[in-house]
This record gives sequence, structure tokens and C-alpha cells, in this order.
Amino acid sequence: MKKLLTALLAAPAIALASGAALHLDKAPEVQRDNAALQSGARTFVNYCMNCHGLSYVRYNRLTQLGLTEQQIKDHLLFTADKVGQPMRIAARPAEQKKWFGATPPDLSLVARSRASEDGSGADWLYTYLRSFYRDEKRPTGWNNLVYENVGMPHVLWQLQGIQVLNSEHHLELETPGTQTPAEYDKTVADLVGFMVWAAEPEAGFRKQLGFGVLAFLFVLFGFAYKMKKNYWKDIK
Amino acid sequence: MASNTNFEKYKSDGSLQGNLLEWFDARFPATSMWRGHLSEYYAPKNFNFWYFFGSLAMLVLVIQIVTGIFLVMHYKPDASLNADGIPVAFASVEYIMRDVPWGWLIRYMHSTGASAFFLVVYLHMFRGMLYGSYRQPRELIWIFGTLLFLCLMAEAFMGYLLPWGQMSFWGAQVIVNLFSAIPLVGEPLSIWIRGDFVVGDATLNRFFSFHVIAVPLVLLGLVAAHILALHEVGSNNPDGVEIKKRKTPEGIPLDGIPFHPYYSVKDIVGVVVFLMVFSIIVFFAPEGGGYFLEYNNFIPADPLKTPPHIAPVWYFTPYYSLLRAMVWPLFGIDAKFWGVVAMGGGVVILAFLPWLDRSPVKSIRYRGPIFKTLLTIFVISFFILGFLGTKAPSYAFFGVIPGAPVAQLLSAYYFLFFLTMPWWSKIDKYKPEPDRVTM
Repeated sequence: MKKLLTALLAAPAIALASGAALHLDKAPEVQRDNAALQSGARTFVNYCMNCHGLSYVRYNRLTQLGLTEQQIKDHLLFTADKVGQPMRIAARPAEQKKWFGATPPDLSLVARSRASEDGSGADWLYTYLRSFYRDEKRPTGWNNLVYENVGMPHVLWQLQGIQVLNSEHHLELETPGTQTPAEYDKTVADLVGFMVWAAEPEAGFRKQLGFGVLAFLFVLFGFAYKMKKNYWKDIK
Repeated sequence: MASNTNFEKYKSDGSLQGNLLEWFDARFPATSMWRGHLSEYYAPKNFNFWYFFGSLAMLVLVIQIVTGIFLVMHYKPDASLNADGIPVAFASVEYIMRDVPWGWLIRYMHSTGASAFFLVVYLHMFRGMLYGSYRQPRELIWIFGTLLFLCLMAEAFMGYLLPWGQMSFWGAQVIVNLFSAIPLVGEPLSIWIRGDFVVGDATLNRFFSFHVIAVPLVLLGLVAAHILALHEVGSNNPDGVEIKKRKTPEGIPLDGIPFHPYYSVKDIVGVVVFLMVFSIIVFFAPEGGGYFLEYNNFIPADPLKTPPHIAPVWYFTPYYSLLRAMVWPLFGIDAKFWGVVAMGGGVVILAFLPWLDRSPVKSIRYRGPIFKTLLTIFVISFFILGFLGTKAPSYAFFGVIPGAPVAQLLSAYYFLFFLTMPWWSKIDKYKPEPDRVTM
């Protein structure tokens, strides 16, 4: 664990040193960790869901992460009346376009659409959410190393603190936030894990089922092969 | 073999099912079709690995039709935006993936099935080239096959628009725009195809109609013609010799065995192995590393945002490379037009293979070094063309060898391989064919 944390801490510095080519940090794998996914869900609802919808995911789908419907109602259900409703936001796309200049995209599939030759969608998100820095030239006061001239401000800045670009074009933590760098990385890892889950909630079951199907086909192969051998024994 | 010419009255043994069968046979060629196409269709006994892919193509066709029927129950071909600002068509695919029971499995089987279809069809076609299966008397089977390949391309292209993601939209936009390069009629033709000035709701609806009914009907008809023609002349084999030349006194080919049960039980083994590979993709890698489901297609179609790099799905990329290789506006006509000609010509030229090949033997086993060398280069260049088709035209191998001229060179080879075949297939060295098939 310690090793992992050191690696994680060192990673952004090493990763972003290269400059030209986009190097993405590997997002920690948390899909089997319900506590991490629940923490990610909390961060998402508290910080992301003011502007970004998760409209393909219904609230009661979160029971898959080990939450009860009552827990969802008590702690997460801010934008809907019933747990069967999708995780929409109050703002409508047309209004957002008027307010922000662009509609913040629905994030249901972002963990899949951001995948590329550089890395998985999770890797992109994990690096992106840790690469905001202060830039007075931008209208929001924030810029991002992964997504240049990004429209979104650094929503999690109180947690991470304020990063700046130093003379070598590296990220440097200027003002610490409420979380240590290691804690912040964990917060982002959980959040990204939650978005990966939300992009395909059936993915875990899909893989489990896959092993069953392959085991069945393996047995079927044995019978099919034996039958073929038996029928063909006279053919020369 | 396959016809009803030897029709005889199938006598009942007096049992209930015997009487029922007799009743049917007096009114419908049930038993004679069973015999003609299965239990008394004599196939050469020396089929090898390459002969699995015909039956596998049939299997994938069935998978696509069955999963497609269920997808149509929940999919909505509608480009308008829902309350969340997401196109209804795109959202309906995600609805299938999340809220329809087993919808994710049906959808992944269909999307993986598209790639699997091309994979088995490419291998099936390559088998034909290896063993000269297109040669006399099987020219018509081969022509039906080429038409099937064309239909399959149309089917896949129109199906790819339906999820209404960014790649769906811009892929269709690029390809339909190509038609506008045809002199005089191009512009109105492309508007007529789209039903609009850009790809839009009208395009989505007509592509849906073509994808679920028009093209599948033609496909099924051609499959029937392909198989009927095959059963009329009989299957070729890895030795390329005609088994019908040597028959028993009863008229059964000496080297033939009844398709059922011998090849039905053998093909079941092939089916199980295929399903294993298919399942590994469906259950563990449905995106196929971005080759089966492109990452950009998880973003809803946006007519105002052109993606930086528009690449077709892998199975079109060799032909996409042929298209992009044409960059010269010959005879004062837009280069795009010649690109379309090259891409279309690349498929159509396959149909002429039976008459381009002048070799005295069919199978690669008895053909000479020229054929073996040129075919090997052909396969390698087809792969490289396919690879380059997934990349931007600015791509360079190892960052130094520019991809575009390589694609042009290999495109030229693609056509020269076929066009010079009458000459080199004649002067090649050949080994004598055996009288009978070898196991």
C-alpha cells in the first residue's frame, strides 16, 4: 500500500515531465471495492452533479454498490423524488448553454468515451482531475495540463488545494487543500472508479457470466469432439 | 444431386410419424430436400480447417438476425433530443444496455457479431483463393459470394449509423459525401441518399429501414442462391480435383461422404470453438480495444463538432485505404470520385477472378512459386492497407516512413495482382494434380 501511494505521488511528476506526448497515470482499480465506489458516488453527487447529469443511471442502481434504498434516499437523492428515477440534474441543457457557453456533457459514458491509444478512459479521468492548475488568463482562473483551456473550473480545489505550473512546466502544489496529496489521489481514484462503474454497471456481472459460459463451452467441446471422432473413425 | 429429379414416393411403415411424413412428402419435398442437401449431399472427405468458415458465416448470420430482432424491439431510430439533451436513438441504445433485461448481452452479441461476420467471411473468401474454389464450374457461386460481400458491407455501414454516436454520424457523413464527387449528378445524388443536406433524422430512419429489412432480405436470397448453386455443382476441396469424376456404380463419388452426419458433426466442433472465441470478446472485451466499438462512438452525434480523426471500423479499413490512395483529380474530375471508383473496383474485381485465373490447376498445393509469392505479398499488403486505414493519412511507420505513399503503392499492388493474373498464372510452374483427393 505504501509502495502504491509513493508510486501514485511520484507518478504525476514523472508523467507530466515529458510535456509533448500525453502521458496518463494508471488509475487504481477499485471495481471490487464497494466502499471506494460508494465514496466515489458521494463525491460525484456532491461535486459533479450540480452541472453534469448521470442520466442513464437510475438512483436505485446504486443498490448494486451495497447501498440500501433508504440510504440512497437519505444521503444521495437530491435531484429526484423517487429512487427509480435517473440521476438527472435540475438545470436543463439549453439553460446551461446560456449560462456557461457550452452544455456540460452527461457523464454516464465518459469513462468509455475518453479511452484512447494513450490509456483507458479511467486513466484519462484520473490524470485530468489531478492536473488542474491556476491560470489567470482563463475566465475561470483554472487551466488543465491534460485538457488545455478547459471550460470547467477546478471544482475539487478545496480538497486538493491550488496547483501552479513551475518554470519547468511541472505541476506544483502552492496552497495545500483540506486533503493531503495522498488523500486527494484516493478521492479522485474512488470518483473515477464510480464513473467507470456508471459507464457500464453490468460489466462485473458480464465478466462473471463469461467464465460460466466458457466453462460450459469447454465441456461441450469435449462432447462435440468425441462425437466427431466417433462418426469419422471409418473415414480414411 | 440437390434436385428432386430422383424423386420417389417415400413409403410409410404404417407408424403415425411415418404416415405424417408420407402425407407431407406427397405435398412438399421434405424428405427429398433433406436428402439432396444433407444426408445424400456428397462432400469431399478431405475438408480441412479452412472449410469451417462457410458454416460459421451461416451461424453468425443467424446470431445477427435473432439479436437484431430483439434490438429492434427496444431501439428507436430518432435523432431528436430528449429532455437531457441526448439524441433519442443514442439514449435508446444505452437503455438497451442498462434497463432491458439481458439487453447488454444482446447488443454486445450484435456488435461483436458484425466484426465476427467480416472475420469469417474474409477467411471464407481467402479459402476460395487458396484452393481455386471460384474456378469452373463454380463461377456463379463465387459471383453470388461477391454480391454477398457487397451486401454485407452495405448492411454493416448502415447498421453503424444507428447507435447515432460521433463515429456513426461522421462516418456516414464522409461516405455519403463521396457520392457528391460523381460528375453532374453527384450533388443531388448525395442529397437524395441522405434525404437532407446533412446526415440527419431522415438519413437515420432510411438507414434503419435498409438495415433491418431491405438488405437482410437481399442477403438471405443471395445466401440461398449461393448454397443452391454450390449443391448443384458440388463442393471443391483442398486438392482442387473434382470428386464427381470418379463414382461408384451407384453414382456416389468415391471421395465423397454425406454432408450429414459427417460434416454436421464436424461443423459442430467448429461452432463450439468459434463460440469460445466469440464469448471471450463478448464477455471480456466487447470494445475490442476500440476496434469493434470505437471510443468516440460513446459520445452522441454532434453535427457541429467534427472529430479530429474519422476512421471506419476495422473491416472496412483495407478498402478505405484504397479510397484514400486516389489523390489525383484525373480527367478534371475530383480525386474523391476516383477514390470511390478504387474502393468499389477493389470489391467488384473479385467477381472477375474466375476468368482472370488461367492456371491449369485449382489448388495452391499444385501451383507454382509465382502464385505462392504473389499471394503471400497480397495477404501482407491487405493487412498493411487495413492497418493504415485505421490511421490518419499523416501516419508514419516508426515516425519516419510515411504511410500515405506506402498505402498508394500497396493499393497499386492490390489491383495489379488481379489485372496481371491472366499473364502470371499462365507462365507459373505447376505440379500434376492427383486423380483422387489426399487426406
